[in-house]
Amino acid sequence: MSHDLLQMHLKAVISCLVIVLYKVHTTKAGQFFSSGHTNNWAVLVCTSRFWFNYRHVANTLSVYRSVKRLGIPDSHIVLMLADDMACNYRNPKPATVFSHKNMELNVYGDDVEVDYRGYEVTVENFLRVLTGRLPPSTPRSKRLLSDDRSNILIYLTGHGGNGFLKFQDSEEISNMELADAFEQMWQKRRYNELLFIIDTCQGASMYERFYSPNLMALASSQVGEDSLSHQPDLGIGVHLMDKYTFYLLEFLEEVHPASQANMNDLFKVCPQSQCVSTPGHRTDLFQRDPGSVLITDFFGSVRKVEITKDTINLTSPVEPPIKRSGSSDIQIESLTYVDQLPVAEIIHQKPKQKDWHPPDGFILGLWTLILLVFFQTYGIKHLKHIF
Amino acid sequence: FRFPSPIGHISTCPSLIGQCCKTHPGSFQEELVIRPLHSGDIYASFQFRTLWDTDFLQEGQKVSHYRLFPKSLGQVLSKFSVRELHISFTQGFWRTMQWGQPFIPSPPGAELWVWFHDTVSDVDGNWKELTNVLSGIFCASLNFIDLTNTVQPSASFKPLGLGNATDHRFLRYATLPREIVCTENLTPWKKLLPCGSKAGLAVLMKSEKLFHSSFHSQAVHIRPICQQCSSKAWELRQTLNVVFDLHTSGQGKKEWSLFKMFSRTLTEACPLASSSKVYVDITDNPEGELFELSPATPLLGQAVVLGDRRTYSVYDLSRAETFGQLRSFNLLLRWKGDSGDMLRPLLHAERYVAGFGLQTGEIHTVIYNNHPYRAFPVLLMDSVPWYLQLYIHTLTVTSKSRDNKPSYIHYQPAKDRHRPHLLEMLIQLPPHSMTEVTVQFERALLKWTEYTPDPNHGFYVGSSVVSALVPSMVAMRTNFTQDQPLFSSFVPVKEESSYFVRVYTEPLLVNLPTPDFSMPYNVICLTCTVVAVGYGSFYNLLTRTFQVDEPSPPLSKRLANLIRRMRGVPLLT
Repeated sequence: MSHDLLQMHLKAVISCLVIVLYKVHTTKAGQFFSSGHTNNWAVLVCTSRFWFNYRHVANTLSVYRSVKRLGIPDSHIVLMLADDMACNYRNPKPATVFSHKNMELNVYGDDVEVDYRGYEVTVENFLRVLTGRLPPSTPRSKRLLSDDRSNILIYLTGHGGNGFLKFQDSEEISNMELADAFEQMWQKRRYNELLFIIDTCQGASMYERFYSPNLMALASSQVGEDSLSHQPDLGIGVHLMDKYTFYLLEFLEEVHPASQANMNDLFKVCPQSQCVSTPGHRTDLFQRDPGSVLITDFFGSVRKVEITKDTINLTSPVEPPIKRSGSSDIQIESLTYVDQLPVAEIIHQKPKQKDWHPPDGFILGLWTLILLVFFQTYGIKHLKHIF
Repeated sequence: FRFPSPIGHISTCPSLIGQCCKTHPGSFQEELVIRPLHSGDIYASFQFRTLWDTDFLQEGQKVSHYRLFPKSLGQVLSKFSVRELHISFTQGFWRTMQWGQPFIPSPPGAELWVWFHDTVSDVDGNWKELTNVLSGIFCASLNFIDLTNTVQPSASFKPLGLGNATDHRFLRYATLPREIVCTENLTPWKKLLPCGSKAGLAVLMKSEKLFHSSFHSQAVHIRPICQQCSSKAWELRQTLNVVFDLHTSGQGKKEWSLFKMFSRTLTEACPLASSSKVYVDITDNPEGELFELSPATPLLGQAVVLGDRRTYSVYDLSRAETFGQLRSFNLLLRWKGDSGDMLRPLLHAERYVAGFGLQTGEIHTVIYNNHPYRAFPVLLMDSVPWYLQLYIHTLTVTSKSRDNKPSYIHYQPAKDRHRPHLLEMLIQLPPHSMTEVTVQFERALLKWTEYTPDPNHGFYVGSSVVSALVPSMVAMRTNFTQDQPLFSSFVPVKEESSYFVRVYTEPLLVNLPTPDFSMPYNVICLTCTVVAVGYGSFYNLLTRTFQVDEPSPPLSKRLANLIRRMRGVPLLT
């Protein structure tokens, strides 16, 4: 009987082990398939103009750099920089934007594509990019072509206040407008999950009014607090980065595409002892538990690969068309170059045909006056001489 | 939306290049010309030419296989029926008096001019869409080009490619003088090359060195040309001109090398290139007394460019011995003596704004003809934005302090917020003279939403363009051959005695009267305060009544009154 008991115990232990292992396997597999997104997009915006706001451009470029490094391609990143710092005439090292003093890290790099630059970074363009309501001739690189399975990262930086963010020193976007824009995106199913990060003064006020589902927000400071800049570089003469984004960049430099770091680690970035301001976050609108959301769900572009064992037959390539035979006769008369400055032709050029315009109001009025005077002086019976 | 460059071809087809070219017509040539300048600076000009023997616009032929020609540009050409496209991005201003004439001139900022085919019915619509598509391809704000800064020149900017019809309704020209050029414009430009920036001469293009220069200009020129004039081909030329300053890049030492200029050396030619050459201008150094050039090369070439016969040392990168033992090619120029004075360029132009205050001003354009005895005509094209209202009745053209009447004037007045001014004049320049063109203008008041976020910087006026056929000292070649270097075969030459040159003047920066943008806020605050104080007092005066109100007695008095009432004694007041 003790032998049976032992066997029963052994069976129980083995089944427990199997169940535990199966659970672990399903949670890992479950995690793999539970995120629900198939593509990643990023919208990175710097809203400040002028040389002394160098740090905002450096902030945006460091997030751009991390996002590119973790796998999101340029075609899926909409980068908006309100002013040019790298080739600014005040930059002692042109074509560079540094994030660390003593010029340790050039976040601008050699392979950067800015989609909206200079005067194009306006509130209207930002909201149009988010909601997708762009004029039909907008090129693809300037559009956010996300669908309902896209995870989008939105990063804003600049000067802000309680409930607003300043764009280019001339206009501002309010937290209500931003919340409405996200609601429009939700109703048009333009995102699966959205991570919103803002690094401005009183940044938490910008996410107070959100009401759409699947939004997670992070800010560098609470209402009533200022976000501070990190360190100046005496060679360049300006502050290089803001504190929150500096520590965010340090955190992201350790993340690699296969990393398992989750959102709870991101919330711990830059505590008050380092940042002086208190970073805040908002997860009540987010459906998943932040502990199960990987950093690479938003910052990276991890593709799911399905391995198949079936063979696929490729169709034969399109044959290039044979050299044109009949076209040579048509083209013989046009194989000449034009004179670059045909002086005689220019002097004797006929004046351009002016388009006919209907007579202007002034001319019409003048003629009416003349006719009226005529008929007043000579009477109406003279009309028959005319008609 | 970027397409990857066909790098895969490098590994699969190096030994089959001859065979490849038979089935896929087209070729790619790259060259670098280095010209030491008299001021100690050095001028480097890259030219990449992709030829494609096909016709986009032929009926029934759908082009879907792109090999060397970039697909993004090919699709643009066929969709918008473009006959010729010239776009350039420039940072800095070309100093003609110190540096001579560039191989391919360009104005500061961005410039775009396009010839459309005669089959296009709505040129303005195509132009608008084309500028938007190009702004996406080159990461530039070309979408700011609209009808308020586009002109249709009537005599300038004749097509540089094949064709005989020149109806100016199909030409559009626009410049954006404020456009900034930085690495984000260089990145997509490099991606248009067949080898990208991974092999060939394009490895030298590192943005940190290229933008730390006095002048940087990158351009794309697409036009149809004829190969031995038997067949038509599309030519895509990508040019990059850069002038490195002696003091900022050269550290004051008159010693230049490829490594010092570009922080890279060359290791191989682009495998897809049919020719890959480096030319160094040694015309001023025939015996080697001015500077020393190493590594030495036996190859010498001569070319007639810009009216002058120049001698070049040629390095052929397709030959392995150019790279030497170390498999790396680094050119070195070391100066030994001082160079004399430079020959003055024959044509030179300047422009500035005169006057004071924020209401009126005067634009002066000065054109110099430095030829000792020959007079030649120049075509001056001015495109002024509508907010500088020109008074054409004050236009004066004077040469040698005498009135010089232009033989052709085309003026199209501006329409507020619709069209800019266009002024084109054909002026005969007397020999060895200075011609001055002046016109007065008045500054307009813009609506407050039309100001840029930094209006106190000023508003830009695009460069004037001076086109001329300058008499040449040396006979120019009128037909192009295959082996001619690229830099001498850009502009088609019709006659031997003159060469075509285009000179751009400086752009102007004018201040418009700028309002105080905080005034609406001030006015609202002040008005509301005045209204509140005034109306409030008035309302009070009319409706306020006064009542006598007895104060409630304190607690002690109330208690005392209570006790007195109980006692039946009179109460306290």
